[in-house]
Amino acid sequence: MGILARAGDLRLSRRSFVVSALFAGGSLIIAPRLIGTAQAAEAAELNAFIRIPPAGPIELVIASVEMGQGVYMGLSTLLAEELEVGLDQIVAVPAPANPALYSHPVLRDQITGGSVSIRGFWEPMRKAGATGRLMLVAAAADRWGVPAASCRAESGEVIHAASGRRLAYGELAQKAAGMPVPQDVPLKPASAFRLIGKPARRIDTPAKVDGTARFGLDARPPGVAFAAISICPTFGGTLGSVDDAEALKVRGVRKVVRLSDAVAVVADHTGAARKGLAALRIDWDRGANASLTTQELERRADAAMAGDALVAVNEGDVEAATGGPVVEAVYRMPILPHTTMEPMNCTVHVRPDSCDVWVGTQVAGRARQTAAEVTGLPVEKVIVHNHLLGGGFGRRLDHDGVTMAVRVAQQVEGPVQVVWSREEDVRHDSYRYLNLSRIDIRLGPDGMPVALRHRVVGPAIMARFLPIFFKDGVDFDIIDAAESPYRIPNKRVEFARHEAPEGMLTGNWRGVGPTRNAPAIEGGIDEAAHLAGIDPVEYRRRLLSGNPRLLAALELAAGKAGWGGDLGPRRGRGVALMAAFGSFAATIAHVHVGPDGALKVERIVCAVDCGQAVNPEVLHQQVESGIVYGLSAALYGRLTIEQGAVVESNFDDQPVLRINECPEIEVHVIESGEAPGGIGELGTPGVAPALMNAIFAVTGKRLRALPIDTAELSGS
Amino acid sequence: MAFSLNVNGRSYAIDVDADTPLLWVLRDVIGLTGTKFGCGVAQCGACTIHLDGQAVRSCVTTIESAGTSPITTIEAIGDTPTGHRVQQAWLEQEVVQCGYCQSGQIMSATALLNENPAPEDEDIDAVMAGNICRCGTYPRIRAAIKSAAAGVPAGKGG
Repeated sequence: MGILARAGDLRLSRRSFVVSALFAGGSLIIAPRLIGTAQAAEAAELNAFIRIPPAGPIELVIASVEMGQGVYMGLSTLLAEELEVGLDQIVAVPAPANPALYSHPVLRDQITGGSVSIRGFWEPMRKAGATGRLMLVAAAADRWGVPAASCRAESGEVIHAASGRRLAYGELAQKAAGMPVPQDVPLKPASAFRLIGKPARRIDTPAKVDGTARFGLDARPPGVAFAAISICPTFGGTLGSVDDAEALKVRGVRKVVRLSDAVAVVADHTGAARKGLAALRIDWDRGANASLTTQELERRADAAMAGDALVAVNEGDVEAATGGPVVEAVYRMPILPHTTMEPMNCTVHVRPDSCDVWVGTQVAGRARQTAAEVTGLPVEKVIVHNHLLGGGFGRRLDHDGVTMAVRVAQQVEGPVQVVWSREEDVRHDSYRYLNLSRIDIRLGPDGMPVALRHRVVGPAIMARFLPIFFKDGVDFDIIDAAESPYRIPNKRVEFARHEAPEGMLTGNWRGVGPTRNAPAIEGGIDEAAHLAGIDPVEYRRRLLSGNPRLLAALELAAGKAGWGGDLGPRRGRGVALMAAFGSFAATIAHVHVGPDGALKVERIVCAVDCGQAVNPEVLHQQVESGIVYGLSAALYGRLTIEQGAVVESNFDDQPVLRINECPEIEVHVIESGEAPGGIGELGTPGVAPALMNAIFAVTGKRLRALPIDTAELSGS
Repeated sequence: MAFSLNVNGRSYAIDVDADTPLLWVLRDVIGLTGTKFGCGVAQCGACTIHLDGQAVRSCVTTIESAGTSPITTIEAIGDTPTGHRVQQAWLEQEVVQCGYCQSGQIMSATALLNENPAPEDEDIDAVMAGNICRCGTYPRIRAAIKSAAAGVPAGKGG
């Protein structure tokens, strides 16, 4: 069961939004109220999603932020499909920070994450488009004195075929705003789609190949200064003393800003700020975590594994299943950074009566809120200028960087851009915290599982991040996909909540819960197949009788990967399945392991079914992207803690995949008319287990910890 | 110290310390923000520019070392035949996702094709391994470089 289904009462009901229309600022504005709360209904501003001016391109307001996942394309496509405009006739503009108007219908906050943008906006955006179109048609029909049914909309015009008359939407905007707003508008059947599911070039990319795209770090408000920041390396530590004599001598340095837990150097340009920062002599008061090490954190997690846990899923009776061979294994996942290409940054101008924030964030509303809280200003006095994100992956779901930048800006006259170095970015992330999974699979006489028990040890991120997904002590995200997609009569998932030490921020990481659980589930099932002496694909096939979509993905991937065919010496394949985010994926990795343990990932085949594709090319892109992100983590992702601080600091000691290491990647898509599922994270969870299972196929060595330790493979 | 920089065919008088990396001069002083900051230690390639036609990492190239050699950034690379072809190939192959690293990728790829109009996979690996992409666009970068190379008129480079 997916995380959204678990919080089933939060699903968007058909009656939970109504569409309004008005003429304001010279444009027709179509505004579906997404939540239907009294608060939204009474809001002075309308949550415009479509603005049709008298001339020029139609503005489509995009509530989700663009961080590479193609959501400007995706949501524009939904609106344009029903509005009957071409993608060359619109511009996508980011929604302002205002959760009362632009909250995600399911997450109920202005959040872009969890692979739910298309799922949440699938219906409301199409209804908004259809409402706008019907009102424009009605306006034209009224003007011409003909029945609306005799008119049609096409490419931004209403056409009366019988008389050959046509009017552009812009010419009809004002009149259309006065027409009755139709309710319960019908939507096109899939067979009538002209944009959804059809190839079309992304609309956000031309500006990204010629240097004109603006990311948060490119904000240049007039008079902006630049600050380099150093935050206490030990989590929860504070600033002791700072000797800034040398820093202040650096040309271009204007000021040294001291905060309780950080120090920043403000200068004319980032180069001078960084040089000034390096010239500071800083004594940190390392605080309670001063002696913390990775070993100690792992010891604490082991203790949590041995302690109490809550039962999160309980089907059948795992206790009643006795006898037969058992797979029992513990899988270990490390602490991971996000390392978005664009390091953390935020530009802020604090004035006595207002505050401007320029940033790329997945949580614009929270960015606005934190700026209000830090400055003490009313929230409506804070303006967040949201930018393109140079990668999100969950890092920009936390607003700690905004909070910090506002604190710096409070001590600076005029706007200041606070820039994290890569080292600071790695050492002050919202980490994917380490977690442990103990898997316990009991086999029946036929070698197939009769009972699955999975104990998950890790943090409850949702308790602070989205409490609607935290109930009775159970975090719905961390147990997402923990019970496996397989038909096993008795299942139990247990959750032992285990938090990082105070002062260390932990958060969401691409693939979220399913990525945490896939190694244990898919590794465990592979171990069970081996114990039963059954081929891993055949074994899974037998367990998928109730899951035709996942079974079809498995069959497609196995066929494309040539499963069962001989690859020659020291080569092998491994498989992993994933049902998550409303989608289905089968991943097959093909590896070579040298006698010295050297691992080469040669090919990854991934078959997916994610329902109706909105844009087929973006779908391919996202699955490829998820795979590469998962590969980086599987091969290299691990942070080490010494003195309560992260040891690694940059791409040299925390490597990520480079082009010369990138395998051949094949994505195969099952055409489907089912409702769209998420794609942004779908590729990630299966990579590590497919890789580990492939390594087992080659070497007979069962790896149960990430990242993959090739030293363990030497001589195997 | 005052330096005279030649960027995208324009001359700029810049008054900063001699050890200031070009990256910050371009982005913060001149205002050409297309060149990106990713690591500060020549590990990721996001800050790649052309100095005298060679791809260099502007985060570790000081203004002093640049002298008066011509600098080309992503903002002007489309004015060169190879750069334009690379940009078009990037769009045709739908390489781009978040886009943050792509300025550097395009600058590296353009330098590669100027040197070697028909690169093999190993040539692409050797040059492009210096440019990290966290969105994982590598397979498409490879395809786009090949398609840009295929578009080279016979006997003509750069």
